[in-house]
Amino acid sequence: MRFSIAVASLLLCAKSWSQEQPGTTENKGQLHGNVQALFQNYNPDEAIGAQVPDAKAAMNTFGNFTYTYGQFTAGVRFESYQNAILGFPNRFKGSGIGSRYVRYNADNLDITVGNFYEQFGNGLSYRTYWEPNLGIDNAMDGVRIIYKPFKGVALKAVYGQQRYDFDSRIINGAGIVRGIDGEVSLNEVVKPWAEKPLKVTLGGSFVSKYQSGETFERDSSVFNLPNNVGASAGRLGVVYKNFQFTGEYVLKINDPNADNGYIFKRGESIFFNGAFSKKGFGVTASAKYVDNMAFRSDRDALLFDVPINFLPAITRQHTYNLAATLYPYATVLNGEVGVSGELFYTFKKESALGGKYGTYVSLNVAAVNSLDTSHVGGRDELINGYEVNSFGFGDTKFVRDVNLEIRKKINKAWSVNFIHYYFEFNTKVTPVTQDFKGIVYANIDVIDVQYKFKPKHSIRAELQSLITEQDKGNWATALVEYTFSPHWSFAVMDQYNYGNSDSEKRVHYLYGNIGYSKGASRIMVGYGKRRAGIFCIGGVCRAVPASNGIEINLTSSF
Amino acid sequence: MKKSLFILVALFASVVASAQVSSLPSVTLKNLDGKDVQTADLSNDGKPMLICFWATWCSPCKKELNTYADYYEEWQKETGVKIYAVTIDDQRTVNSVKPYVNSVSWEYEILSDVNKTFSQAMGVNSPPHTFLLNGKGEIVWQHVGYTPGDEEEVHEQLLKLAH
Repeated sequence: MRFSIAVASLLLCAKSWSQEQPGTTENKGQLHGNVQALFQNYNPDEAIGAQVPDAKAAMNTFGNFTYTYGQFTAGVRFESYQNAILGFPNRFKGSGIGSRYVRYNADNLDITVGNFYEQFGNGLSYRTYWEPNLGIDNAMDGVRIIYKPFKGVALKAVYGQQRYDFDSRIINGAGIVRGIDGEVSLNEVVKPWAEKPLKVTLGGSFVSKYQSGETFERDSSVFNLPNNVGASAGRLGVVYKNFQFTGEYVLKINDPNADNGYIFKRGESIFFNGAFSKKGFGVTASAKYVDNMAFRSDRDALLFDVPINFLPAITRQHTYNLAATLYPYATVLNGEVGVSGELFYTFKKESALGGKYGTYVSLNVAAVNSLDTSHVGGRDELINGYEVNSFGFGDTKFVRDVNLEIRKKINKAWSVNFIHYYFEFNTKVTPVTQDFKGIVYANIDVIDVQYKFKPKHSIRAELQSLITEQDKGNWATALVEYTFSPHWSFAVMDQYNYGNSDSEKRVHYLYGNIGYSKGASRIMVGYGKRRAGIFCIGGVCRAVPASNGIEINLTSSF
Repeated sequence: MKKSLFILVALFASVVASAQVSSLPSVTLKNLDGKDVQTADLSNDGKPMLICFWATWCSPCKKELNTYADYYEEWQKETGVKIYAVTIDDQRTVNSVKPYVNSVSWEYEILSDVNKTFSQAMGVNSPPHTFLLNGKGEIVWQHVGYTPGDEEEVHEQLLKLAH
C-alpha cells in the first residue's frame, strides 16, 4: 500500500512536470501500456471430460501502464481474476496491483525499486520473467542496480523476494534472493581489439537465497536445513565471422528441496551451443547437462512456483498443434543429459530444387537421456542420494525428437509447408498424459497449404496426422482459415481422436473462431470443444484442461 | 488499499489524457555479434523505420518477415525504410536465431530481446507486432498479427510517410 502511494506520488510529480513545461516534445512524458481480457464460459461435456467450475465462467484481465518522464519511469500492472481461467493457478483471485515499480535510468546507472524482471547470462543461475498467457510471474520485489562503469562492462545487482501468488495483491514467496552479475565485452574494453573479427564476451554471476530452515529427520538421523544456498556461474560467448559459440557452467551448493527429495548433493549444469551460418545455410549443435538444478526461493515449492533459474528444454519448440501440445518435452530439473542439432538450408532461386522462389529445408534432431548415475548406499545415499559416474548418457531414454520441414512458395498465389516429426517420448518422466506410462512412439505429418487468391484474401488449410500405438492412439486434425487483410480472420478446426482404444473417446473436437484486428488491438471470439493438452509459449508449458464453450480474447496496446 | 488504488486509477486516467505516446523506451538489447544496442538510439537518418517483434517458434512472424523480405529492396528504394527485427526468443531458441536468419537471407537488423524487456515496455501482447516509426522516431502506426496481404497495408503506410 505504501509502495503504491509512492508510485502514485511519482506519477503525480511526473504529470505536474509535464504540465509545467509544455512545448517541446522532450518535455512531455511518454505512456506505453497494454491490456488483455480473456473470458471463457464452460459447458458440461462428459465425452471430452470437460471441467465446469461453479461459476460456469472465468475471466483474466491485466493492464500494464508504463510512464516515462526523462530519466524516470514508473510502471503499474492491474490484474484481475474473476475467477482464474482453468489451467492458470486456481489460487490466483481478486483484483488489484500485480506489479509496481519506479526506475531511474541515467547514462551509466539504472536503478529499479519494486518489481522487475532480469536475466543473468543464459539464465542458468538467474532469470525472472513474466508470461501472462501461462500465468507465470516470478518477478523480484526489491531493488535492481545496473551500473556500467565504462563501455563494454556491465555490473548488475538484484536483491528481493519473488512473486509467488496473487490474492488481490502480490504475495511474495518465503525466501530472499540476492545476486550479482558481471559481463565484459573484451572488444569494447581492449581498444586494439575493437575491429578484430573475433568478438569475446565473458561473464560471471553469484546468486544466493535465504530461507530460515529447521531440522528434519530421515531414517532416525537428524539433518539441519541450510539457511543460505549459493550458486556460482561463469560463461563465455564468442563470435568469429560466421561462427558463434556460447557456453555456461553453474554450480550450486547443497540445497535440500522438494524437487530433489531433500538430498544434500551439489547441483551442476553445463550448456554449450555452437553454430555456423552463411547466406542460405545455418547449422547448430548444442549439449546440455543438468544435475540436481531445481533452484527456488522456497525449498518446499514445486512446478512453476518461485524458480530462480531457467533451464529450457533442448528440443525444438514446435508450432503445429498436434506436435506442440500432445508430447512437449520439458527439462527434467533433477537430472538429464541432452544433445541437439539443427540444419537450415535454402535451395537457391532458379536452381533445380529451388524453383522460382527458392525452397527452404530444416532438419532438427534432439536426444535426451537420464544421468549416468549409480547408487551409493548407506549413509551417503541418505545424505546425497546418488553418485554421478560421467557426463554421458544414462540408461533411461527421456526423449527423441527428429523433424524435417520443407517450405516452398510455388508461385505468387500458392505456398506449401510440409513437416514430418518422429518422437519417442517417455511419459513416466514427463507426465503429459494420465492414460499411458512408458515410451510413446509417434509419427506426425503436417501439410499446410496457402492460397492467396486476391492481394488481401487468402485461404489456408492444414492437415495433420499423428500415428501411434500407445497412449490415446491416432489423431487427425483439419483446419481451414480464411483471412481478409488487414482486419479479419475466420477459422474452423476439427481434431479427431479416431485411434483411441476406448470407442467412447473417439470424439470430434470442433472449434471455430473469428478474429478482428485494428491497429494495436485485436479481438478473437471462439466457440467449441478444446481438448486437454499442454499449452506452450517460448520454452515453458502448462497443462490446460478440456473445455467446451465460448472464449473471448481482447488485447490492445497503446 | 482501495483508496490508493483509486488514486492510481484516477492518476493514470489523467496521465493518459496528457501524455504523448511516441518515441521508443530505453532498453539494452544485443545484436547478433553480442554487442549491446540501446533501443532509444535506434535511428535511420530521418527516414522511416519498421520494428517487427518475432520469434523462431512463431509461424505468422516468420511468414510476415519472409514476405517483407521479398519487397524490402523495393520499399527501401521508394522510402528509405529500415527494418529492425526484434526477436523475443528466450534461451531455449535464441541460439538458432542467427543460423535461421542467415539461412533465409534476411537483410534486417536483428536485435535480441531475450527476457522480453523491450517488448513489454512497448506493450506487445504476443508476436507478431509491427511498429512503424517516422523520421523523427515517433511511432505513427502499428499492427498486431499477420495475415497474407498485410504487406499492402504496410506499403501504403510507408508511402504516406514518404510523401
